[in-house]
Amino acid sequence: MIKFNIKLLVLPFFLLLISLRPLQSAEMVDPIKVDWSFKGLTGTFDRASLQRGFQVYKEVCASCHSMQYLSYRNLGEPGGPEFSEQEVKAIAASFEIEDGPDSQGEMFTRPGKPSDKFKSPYPNIQAATAANGGAYPPDMSVLVKARKGGANYIYSVLVGYEDPPPGVTLDDGVYYNKYMAGNKIKMPNNLMDGLVEYADGTESTVDQMAKDVTTFLAWAAEPELEERHRTGVKVIIYLILLTTLVYLSMKKIWSRVDTEV
Amino acid sequence: MSEHEYVPKSKAGKWFNDRLPLLTLGAHLTDYPTPKNLNYWWTFGGILTFCLITQIVTGIVLAMHYVAHADLAFASVEHIMRDVNYGWLIRYIHSNGASMFFLAVYIHIFRSLFYGSYKSPREVIWIIGLMIYLLMMAAAFMGYVLPWGQMSFWGATVITNLFSAIPLVGDSITTWLWGAYSVDNPTLNRFFSLHYLIPFLILGLVVLHIWALHVPGNNNPVGIDIKKPSKDTVPFHPYITIKDAFALLVFMIIFAGFVFFTPNVLGHSDNYIPANPLVTPAHIVPEWYLLPFYAILRSVPDKLGGVILMFGAIFILFVLPWLDTSKVRSAVFRPIYRQFYWIFVLDVLMLGYVGAMPAEGIYLVLARVGTIYYFAHFIIVMPVVGLLEKTDPVPMSISEPVLTGGAEPSLARKVNDKV
Repeated sequence: MIKFNIKLLVLPFFLLLISLRPLQSAEMVDPIKVDWSFKGLTGTFDRASLQRGFQVYKEVCASCHSMQYLSYRNLGEPGGPEFSEQEVKAIAASFEIEDGPDSQGEMFTRPGKPSDKFKSPYPNIQAATAANGGAYPPDMSVLVKARKGGANYIYSVLVGYEDPPPGVTLDDGVYYNKYMAGNKIKMPNNLMDGLVEYADGTESTVDQMAKDVTTFLAWAAEPELEERHRTGVKVIIYLILLTTLVYLSMKKIWSRVDTEV
Repeated sequence: MSEHEYVPKSKAGKWFNDRLPLLTLGAHLTDYPTPKNLNYWWTFGGILTFCLITQIVTGIVLAMHYVAHADLAFASVEHIMRDVNYGWLIRYIHSNGASMFFLAVYIHIFRSLFYGSYKSPREVIWIIGLMIYLLMMAAAFMGYVLPWGQMSFWGATVITNLFSAIPLVGDSITTWLWGAYSVDNPTLNRFFSLHYLIPFLILGLVVLHIWALHVPGNNNPVGIDIKKPSKDTVPFHPYITIKDAFALLVFMIIFAGFVFFTPNVLGHSDNYIPANPLVTPAHIVPEWYLLPFYAILRSVPDKLGGVILMFGAIFILFVLPWLDTSKVRSAVFRPIYRQFYWIFVLDVLMLGYVGAMPAEGIYLVLARVGTIYYFAHFIIVMPVVGLLEKTDPVPMSISEPVLTGGAEPSLARKVNDKV
C-alpha cells in the first residue's frame, strides 16, 4: 500500500532550500569558474605559478596593498612558493625595514630579514586611504577567504574590467568592473599584457598574471592548505578503517542479544 | 540506583571505595541497564559529550595564543593560523566543532520531541537539557565575536542591541553589557571571559543531565516503561559503549570532512575582514544554528515584540512537558501527532532558510507564517492532538508482542517494523 508519508518531504525540502541560497546575491554576476590546481580533496599549489604570482604581487600590487600577516620566511616554507633559502634572504634584504629603538633610543632602518613581516606600502590605514582617493586598498593576507567566491572572484575582478555600458556614468577615479559588487571599483585596471617580465620565461598575458597572482593570494590566505589536504586524506582513511573494525566488533558483541543493531 | 551491591575485589580498592565510592559509581555506569531497542538517534548523547570535550580542549589551547584586545584579536587569530604549530587544525576543529555541536544537539532535541522523551518522569532531564542548549547558544555567540571580524562585531552589535528594547532600563542595560557606549574593547574582553566560563557551566549541567537520566533510565523508541534490569535491557558496557563508539566515528568522519576540506564553508567570508565600526556589512547574518530564531525576531515589526517572541520560542520548550497532553510517549503510536511533528520540522527548516535571507518581500511573509505556526504547534497542536488523537496500541514490553489493545501478533510485527 502506498501511503503518503510527510516525513519523505524533509530531505527534498532541505535540498530545495540549499539550492535557493544563490538567490541571495542575484544582482551579482557569478564569477568565472577556474579549474585551480588547489581545488579538490588532494589539491596542491602550482609552485611555478606561486613564484610568478609573488612577482606580480611585488611589482604591481604591493605598491598599494599590504600583506601584513605574512613574513618573508613564509616564501621558503613547504607548501608555498618554496623559494630557496638564498632567494628568501635576497628577497627580504631588498626591503628597507624600520627597526628600533636602538640603545640611543633612535629608530633606524636596516635590510629586511626572513623573519620580518612583509613591508606595508603605507604606515597606516588612514594614509593608505588618503593616498588612494578615499578607498582603502584592503590588506591581501586573507583576501581570498574574505570574499564570497574566493579565488574565482578575485580572478574575475582582475580580468573583469570593461567599458561602462551606455547610460552608466562614472566619477573620476572610479572604474567599471563586471564582477565587482555594484560594478564600481576604485582600483584601476593595473594589468596589461607584458607588464612583468617573468623570470621563468612564461608569457605575461593579463590572464596569466591574474591567475598567477590569484594563486599566490590563495596560498597567502591558506598557507596550510597542502598539509591540511594531505593530513585530511590520512585522517579520513584512518577513521574509515577504525569505523569498520568497531562496526564488526559491535556486530559480534550484539550477536549475543536478540536485537538487530 | 545500583541494582546490586558492588564490592571491589582488591583490598586497596575496598579501602578507597569505603571512603569515596568512585568504584561503585564506575560499576553503576558500566552496568547501567539500557533498553536494548535504542536506535541510532539515541547515540547523540555520547556524541554531544565528545563535542563538549573537544571544544574545551581545543579552546584551552587556543586561549593560550589568543589575545582579547580589539586591536590585536584579529591578528592573534592569524598568528594562530600561521605561526602556532597545528594552530590551523586546532582553530578549524574549534570553529567547525561549534557547528557540529549544534548539528548534534538539534538531532538530540528533535529525537526527544519525536519519542516523547521530555514527558513524565523525565521533565527535569529535559529542562536541564534546555538550559545546556541556552548556554550553548550564549557560548557560541560570544565565541563568534572573538576573532573580531566584521560579522563578529556587527553580530555582537545586533544581538546586544536587542536588550535596548526593554522598556525604561533597556539602554542602561545595553551600556552595562557593553561596558562602553558601543561594542568595543571592554565588550570583547568580557565576552572572552564568559566564553571561557560557560563551557564549564555546561559540563556541570551535563553531569546533572546524566544523573537525572540515570534515575528513571532511558526512554526508548517504543516509549514504554520497562523493568530494569530485564530481558528488555542490556548493560551499558559493552553494548551501548561500542554502539556509541561506532556512531561517534561516523560522526567524526563528517566532522573531519569539514575541518580538512571545507573549513570555512559554514562561516561567513566577511569575518575575515577585520572589524570596522564605520562600515556595516550588506547583510548581517548569525551562524546557521541561530537562523530560525533570527527569522522569528525579524518577523515582528516591533522590536520589543520580536525580542519577546524570539526568547519565547525557546522558553516555550521549558513547559512542553505540560503542553503535551498525550498519554502515549512515542510518536510511533501517535498517527496524527506524527504528521504534525514532520510539519514542525519543515517549519523550523523554513525559518532557518528565511533567517538567512533579507527580511523583505516573500521572505518576510514566510517568516511570519513560520513564526505563527511555530507557536501554534506548541500552544494548539500539542494539547489538542494529545486529547483528541486515537493512538495505536502500545506493546507491554520491548521483547514480548503483547499489546494493551488486545494481543495481535501481526500488529506487533508492524510495531517492530516501525520502530
